[in-house]
Order: sequence, then C-alpha cells, then structure tokens
Amino acid sequence: MTSDMVNINTDNTISAPSQRTVSADELLLRAPRARAFITGSEAVSEAVKRANIDMSIAYPITPQSESMHLIGDLYAQGYVRDYYRAENEFAVMAAVHGAALGGGRVFTATSGPGTLRAMEMFPVWAGSRQPIVCAFMCRGVALPPSIQPENIEMAFLLDTGMLMFHAENAQDFFDMILAGYAIAEQPEVHLPVGVFADGFFVTHTREVVMLPPDDVKLPAYSPDIAPIQPFDMEHPPVRQTRDPLMNKSNFTSYAASASWHQEILAAAERARKHINKYMGGLIEISNPNAEIMIIASGTAASQSREAIRILEREGITVGLIKVKSVRPFPTREIIMATEMAKLIVVPEFNAGGWLAREVKASLNNNDRVLAGPRVFGGMAMPSEVIVDEIKKVINNKC
Amino acid sequence: MSINAITPTKEFLDILTPEYKALHANGPYWKQTSVDDLGTFKEITEPHPHCAGCGVALGIRLGLASLPSPEDTIVIGTPGCAYFALSQSNLNYSCTAFGNQNSVASGLKRMLTLRHPGKNKDVLVMVGDGGVADIGLDYTLHSWFRGEKIATVMLDNEVYGNTGGQESGMTVKGRVLNMAPMGKKFGKIPVFEMAKTAGIVYAVRVTVASPKKLGAAIRRAVLVAREIGPTYVQAYTPCPTNMKFQTNKTIETAKEAEKSYYQYEEYVTEAAGEYLRGLGENMC
Repeated sequence: MTSDMVNINTDNTISAPSQRTVSADELLLRAPRARAFITGSEAVSEAVKRANIDMSIAYPITPQSESMHLIGDLYAQGYVRDYYRAENEFAVMAAVHGAALGGGRVFTATSGPGTLRAMEMFPVWAGSRQPIVCAFMCRGVALPPSIQPENIEMAFLLDTGMLMFHAENAQDFFDMILAGYAIAEQPEVHLPVGVFADGFFVTHTREVVMLPPDDVKLPAYSPDIAPIQPFDMEHPPVRQTRDPLMNKSNFTSYAASASWHQEILAAAERARKHINKYMGGLIEISNPNAEIMIIASGTAASQSREAIRILEREGITVGLIKVKSVRPFPTREIIMATEMAKLIVVPEFNAGGWLAREVKASLNNNDRVLAGPRVFGGMAMPSEVIVDEIKKVINNKC
Repeated sequence: MSINAITPTKEFLDILTPEYKALHANGPYWKQTSVDDLGTFKEITEPHPHCAGCGVALGIRLGLASLPSPEDTIVIGTPGCAYFALSQSNLNYSCTAFGNQNSVASGLKRMLTLRHPGKNKDVLVMVGDGGVADIGLDYTLHSWFRGEKIATVMLDNEVYGNTGGQESGMTVKGRVLNMAPMGKKFGKIPVFEMAKTAGIVYAVRVTVASPKKLGAAIRRAVLVAREIGPTYVQAYTPCPTNMKFQTNKTIETAKEAEKSYYQYEEYVTEAAGEYLRGLGENMC
C-alpha cells in the first residue's frame, strides 16, 4: 500500500500579487488609512497580507481557526509563499521554528489549550533569537474546560522570553501584528513576539478598523541583519552550533547558558524604544490626574472605558492606564502614571489575576491596588461590575 | 555554500585552529567521500565525549563521511546521545525540544527551498530511537504522510542512553532496563514497516557491523529525499554502557543482530529506484 503523494507547493509557482515594498515606518506610521468594517480574525488576515510572509503553518482551534483559514486563502492568492496544516500545535510551533532557522519570515496563531500543548517551543524561539510573530486568540483552558474568552494563557507565557502585546480590539490586533514584525526584527531585539487578543470578543465581532492600502507590504525579511546567522550552510559551519550549548556539567557551559539568557532579557529591554515608536508607547493613559486609576489590558480596557463614562455622569473622575506591552512590562510608566492615584483597580478576564500581580510587584504602597474584579469561564465583564467595585471602596472610605 | 565562505583571510590564518585549516585544505566539502575514504580526508566529525565503544558515535561518523553534499547539509537532531558528536561536527546542527525534529526539519526544508531555489539544501534528521519511535513518532509519521523531502535516520541503540538506560519503544521484548524492572512487555515498535505505509519512498534497515552498507544507505537516503520524497534509515548502533557488554564487542553485537532480527533490508519504490539508477548508484 502506498499513500498518494501530496504535491507540496514549495516551488513558488503561484505568482505573487503586485504589492509595492515600503518601509515599516511608511506602512505603520505614514500611509493613509481607510475605514473597513471587519472582524478581528479578518484584521489578522489584513495584517498578514501586508507583512510579506514567507511561511505560515496552521492547526485548528477555536476561536483562532478563522484567521488561519483566511491566511490559507492568502496563500492560495500568492500573498504567503508556503502554508500547510500541521498535526498539532507543538508540531506547528516546532515547524515555524525550523522555518525561521532557514532565515525567512513566519506567522502562526493559536488559542488556550493549543498554547499549552505547544508550550515547550516558546522558550526555544526566544532561545534561538527568532523574530517569529504569533497571534494568540485567548480562551479558557481545562481549568475547568472552556472554549470561551479568558486570557489565563498569558500568565503561563510571561517568562518564556517572548515580547507580549495585548490588543484591545481589532485595530490593535492589526497594528500590533505589523508592529510586531518591525520590533521583533530589529537587530538589537530579534526576539519572538506574541500578540494577544481576547477570543470571540475581538476575533468574532465586527468593528471599524483603519487600514493602510493593501498594495503595499513590508520589505522581505533579511537574515543578514540578524544577530545570529540562519541555518542554511551558506556560512562557515566549523565547530559551531548556533544555539547555546546544552548544559554540560562544567562552569563554562553554565556561564555560556546564563550569559545567553541574560542577553535575551537585555534584548527585550532594548525593545522598549521600538515599542514606543511603532505602538505609541507601552501604555496609554486617559484622565492622567485622576485619583482613581484603572489599569487594564485587552478588552478589559474597553469595559473600563465604559465604566469611566458611567462614573463620570455621577461626578466621579476615574483614569485609565491601558497596558499594551506586557513584556517588556511598563514598570516605570505605571509608577509615574499612578503617582497621584489613591485607588488602583485592575479588572481582568482570568481567575489568576496575573496583571494585578505584575502591577503590585511594580509599585510602592501597593495596598492602593484593588486586584479585581475578575471574570472567567466565558462571562462578559459588565461595566457595572467595575463601577460597583469602585463605589464599594469609595463608600467604605466615607 | 561556496568555497569562499570557508576560505580564511590570509591575515587571520595563524589564529585559526588546526582543525579549521585541515577542514579547508582537506575536508569532505565538494567531494563525494564514502566510508572507503575514511583516513584520507579531514572528517567533519570532531572529537566528542561519547562512551568508549559507542555504536551511536560510530553510526554518526560513518553517516557523516557518506553525505553527498556536506557543504549544503543541515542536520536536525533531538536531545539524546547523538547530540554529543553532532553538536561538535562541522555542520549546521540544531537540537531543541525532544521529539520535534521532523517538524523542525519540515519547516526548515520548505524555507530553504523558498530561499535557495535551484540549490540542493539537504535536511537530514539524525536522532535516537526514543526520539523517533516514542516522543517523536507522531511528528515523524506526519512528515512522511505529508511527503516532506527530508531524510530521517534513526540511530537505534534500543535504549534511552543519555538519561541513564531506560526502556524505549525500540528495546527488544523481555530486556530488563530502568523503567522496565520486570523486562519489557512488548516488542520493538515496527517503525521500519510503518515507514513503508506512511509515504517513505526509500528505506534501509542496517547495522554498524556493515559500515559500507550504512554509508551507502545514508548517501542514497539524502539523494532520494532531494527529488522524490521522504526517506528513512534505521541503523542498529549498540550501546555497551547500558546493554552491559564489553566496549570492544559493539561490532560483534551488531553482527549477531544482523543474523536474527536486524537483517539488512533495502526498500526502494519504483520512483526512487529509477532516480538512483539515473544517478549511477549501484544498488546493494
């Protein structure tokens, strides 16, 4: 018995649509934008369409699947040069690692349990200094089982070495994926980027997104500017593995591993100025002088804006610090933005409260921090819940 | 890779290692070396910390001496004993998470095909039996089902050697090892037979007791993977340390296996055979 051989489309026979190459600065910061009424999944596809991707590898999981279907369509149209469905998420993340070793630009996406199944590969990406961009359409994991929106998976990824950006809406999702490549591929950064959005709320709803024209794309990735060389046997291969030494039992080996790891952490620090440039900062602040500040990321920031409007009508002024970059974490920015704050509220879409932990660890006088409210298991976060939490504190103090 | 890539600048010649200079002057790049030529050229395998009598180290040495284009070969590994020699060979070698090798190789091969059209960039997976048959079986089989153009070599020492001698899926039935205190309860996983139904177009089962056959198998597996489809070599590389035989009995042990359960077999599909004959490869 022989299986039918699949014709692998790696010969680049599909003619690529005509797109003009423009710089990341032009595409992200200067190109005119037009309104589109699209879902978050479609926003991902619109970003990939303009990102000059060599290869994308897919595996289905709710609520990520639709975006990777659309990227399959982009492959069929010639916007992405190679694409296939792999056998599971660990295989996907291993294969994009292999593709990145080959010196090209890659994209993939996953959700919740897929993130956990693939977990072992994320530190490998950072350890290999690969500028892979991966979208995470966050959902519950089996704690207990849930396919619904929830972003507990972000907690698990905080120390994998990847940069982590949290999109509030489809606009952020589009912008952060493209900015992700611009930031990840800086020679002094060259680290993976995870772009996170709360599943369903962002992926499956339609909103106005301002898009640059689709006849422009990022310049092709060049491994020549990378701090490490690609695995293509075009360079002297003598006695070198590009990856750090696997620990052998000697001090030289420990020191090599530790200094390599320190360099990964330092590279993430060096990303800050590029995040400021391409994403307008690690945080965004509204009502900076308010004595009550909400710190939120993702869709919790949207719900917080509505809560702030409700409280404003009652004469209570509340500010918002929207955290866009979770790694690197905006420690200094949050310290400065909360100098006047007497109450800091951190609403989250997960039971663990990872953002509240990060905030508390960043601040002096962290008894100002109200670590909640939190919703999970798929529940929405009514703005009234945030309002009630804030009022409870105000009333107790009176 | 062009010869310019490894030609040293005159001014730096004196600070380069003797190994580098020897490799440049008399290495296997751009030659078609074989096992017969061992001892006449600078090998891409360097000194390594494998145990005395290690079958895996021998398998790697024979395999790397037989590559049709070492100057354009990238080896993907997985944690295990094979890491020790491969990580110190003069090739691009990557080894990350355990079992992921055929997925990494799939992505790498496709990307190299995109980035270097018209060039042969050979992607060779060279890993142990645990990596293929246990933790990486899923990814190995799926790369074969997909028809990925990569060569996979299992260095089968029938044990997890690097972690201290545990039973693997390729251990023979009844063998007492760590994690099999009463003896293994089932036989070797029939990966060689599975390969034939999973889309492999060329496969060889061989042992280190037949070095020429092993070298030829790896050479042909790499050649066929360039044009026809996925290939597989399963090489018995006995482990004196964990199987508790004397370090000078490795070949003898492999020879004994050849007489019973590890007989030489070459599986060649029509397309692979036609391709090899076209290249002037004489079949065993």
